[in-house]
Amino acid sequence: MARMTMIEAIRSALDVSMGRDDNVVVYGEDVGYFGGVFRCTHGLQQKYGVNRCFDAPISELGIVGTAIGMAAYGLRPCVEIQFADYMYPAYDQIVSEAARLRYRSAGDFTCPMVIRMPTGGGIFGGQTHSQSPEALFTHVSGLKTVVPSNPRDAKGLLIAAIEDPDPVIFLEPKRLYNGPFDGHHDRPVTPWSKHELGEVEEGHYSIPLGKAAIRREGQAVTIVTYGTMVHVAQVATEETGIDAEIIDLRTLLPLDLDAIVASVSKTGRCIVLHEATLTSGFGAELAALVQQHCFYHLEAPIMRVTGWDTPYPHAQEWDYFPGPARLGRALRDIMEAR
Amino acid sequence: MTDPSPLRFHVPVPASRPGEKPDFSHVVIPKAGSVQRPPVDVDPREIRDLAYSIIRVLDREGEAVGPWVPDLSKDDLIRGLRHMLTLRAFDARMQMAQRQGKTSFYMQHTGEEAVSCAFRIALNDGDMNFPTYRQAGLLIAHDYPLVEMMCQIYSNERDPLRGRQLPIMYSAKAHGFFSISGNLTTQYVQAVGWAMASAIKGDNKIAAAWVGDGSTAESDFHAALVFASTYKAPVVLNVVNNQWAISTFQGIARGGSGTFAARGLGFGIPALRVDGNDYLATYAVAQWAIERARRNLGPTLVEYVTYRAGAHSTSDDPSAYRPKHESDDWPLGDPIVRLKQHLIAIGAWTEERHKQTEAEIMATVIAAQKEAESFGTLHAGGKPSSRDMFEDVYAELPPHLRRQRQQIGV
Repeated sequence: MARMTMIEAIRSALDVSMGRDDNVVVYGEDVGYFGGVFRCTHGLQQKYGVNRCFDAPISELGIVGTAIGMAAYGLRPCVEIQFADYMYPAYDQIVSEAARLRYRSAGDFTCPMVIRMPTGGGIFGGQTHSQSPEALFTHVSGLKTVVPSNPRDAKGLLIAAIEDPDPVIFLEPKRLYNGPFDGHHDRPVTPWSKHELGEVEEGHYSIPLGKAAIRREGQAVTIVTYGTMVHVAQVATEETGIDAEIIDLRTLLPLDLDAIVASVSKTGRCIVLHEATLTSGFGAELAALVQQHCFYHLEAPIMRVTGWDTPYPHAQEWDYFPGPARLGRALRDIMEAR
Repeated sequence: MTDPSPLRFHVPVPASRPGEKPDFSHVVIPKAGSVQRPPVDVDPREIRDLAYSIIRVLDREGEAVGPWVPDLSKDDLIRGLRHMLTLRAFDARMQMAQRQGKTSFYMQHTGEEAVSCAFRIALNDGDMNFPTYRQAGLLIAHDYPLVEMMCQIYSNERDPLRGRQLPIMYSAKAHGFFSISGNLTTQYVQAVGWAMASAIKGDNKIAAAWVGDGSTAESDFHAALVFASTYKAPVVLNVVNNQWAISTFQGIARGGSGTFAARGLGFGIPALRVDGNDYLATYAVAQWAIERARRNLGPTLVEYVTYRAGAHSTSDDPSAYRPKHESDDWPLGDPIVRLKQHLIAIGAWTEERHKQTEAEIMATVIAAQKEAESFGTLHAGGKPSSRDMFEDVYAELPPHLRRQRQQIGV
């Protein structure tokens, strides 16, 4: 075991995967010699050579499009989009090609690839360094979508994603790269070294896609969330003293519906929590599923605590970000609702 | 200083419209045999003129002349002619099948048969094409079974793609034919990635990318050229300029660029322009570009100058936007007629043998059609199972798809 930040855990996952399988190649903008703007690929080019880890032109469409061709050849490309906010030029390749290649060719061609992208806000990233576009992926048949919330999961899930036979969108909450963040921006940042999930196995291990983790067991209400918001949920639960059960989905699609249904059937109340904008966000899917599968157990309307339906602002960061105060209010409201 | 005149908006227009006399005076056709044939390791800067000319081998009399005459035997050429005749007969039957309601859609290759048929012959087994919907000659020239193609078109119980794809969106990995997508030009950059993978693995296979003139305007075309250039990918970047993108003449996509081939020059990619209706020239240029790729010399852009003689698709009526008999005036003629004329000129063929062969090929295609129809057509007979709809979305059926499959009771 070793203490790792999420950055180090991701780098370790790439290192382990490249070491085990010659077909794993890693590339993207500034990913090669420099080691990535977030240092996630630092040292990989030196260790594995330019054939395995290299810099790409600034063309998201080109990065993803070539990776699809490589995957069709038989490689396992794990490419990086520098910020999830910049995936849109590649969206056609992701939706029309990567997601559908196996289906439209009846398995004649497949697309075992991973697209890593830093996601989420809380860093004064403004409109184009803060977005959470996961709903644009979960709506696409043929993709798997993963969002880790800590170093141990990040490594295990990334290894599983690289080994998965299908295209995986791997969203890395950049706010969590160096330490957990609970939304209390006025307090000093704590490092991962002080967190139990910063303890990471050094060699190969994987965490299955499609399996959620219960971060806190509780009886009063279920909070269904993922990514940075897992930590917000934990602090809001402590602050309100409400006995919430916190589900960290880890994989949004395929979804661990069983874990959600078991929890809400027990608690009778459900809050869906994400940074992304509200309308048609992934929370709408979660709320609909909970309503359908737990209708007779529900004691209050399902609530959604999310980003507002606006572009991500700069100066108003903490009015936008759904932090512990907003979640705390929702927790108290849902306990009073009937 | 005088006041500047008001700005004017410019929209290119084709030389002629319906009711007008076809005009191809803008298509400058050099004499057959007049364009140089450089060594494959030439410095791209020394052959910029090739992006603005047209490499041609067959002259008006059907003689093969000049430095690009390829090393093809009489038998090779007869086989090439048979491939093109097969594609044309296949088109005729499938066009009719669509009109008879046996399938929903079809796209013909009329006038463009030489491009894909000749290119396929220049490739090795193991190389991979990333075709558009108008290169079925790549399959026919590699002896992919006609019955399989037709079953795909009919979406019947033997459809290799299990009824999931629109007609003609074939996929045949074993024949070096990548799965066709409806989204234009996406495959162009994928071909570059496939070629990069082959180089990364130290393999000796190359990729061929395909796009039409209109689709060069997609951003994928630009990205493909950047990546091919940066990584010297072993790929042949083919542009089939058939003058038309549905109703839009090629000037709309080409803009002020002299030719589509010339687009390669800015990327440092050698670019050749070839008579796409000249089987021999097309083969020779394909072979040159393929050899360059295979010898680690990097990508080549090839523009095939041809003409889309038929409608864009079975859903299109070209008389609404171009002169009715424009194809009769196309200065590069018909690829089948020209190869036939050449074979007769060299004493390898006769009009009589040609007629016999046409009849024999048509009989083969009709027999294949009967066999395919015995497995069903779109609205009659055998069809893929409803269960097939849920499979291959992922390698394994995830829980939510299992629930949905149960909902429709399959």
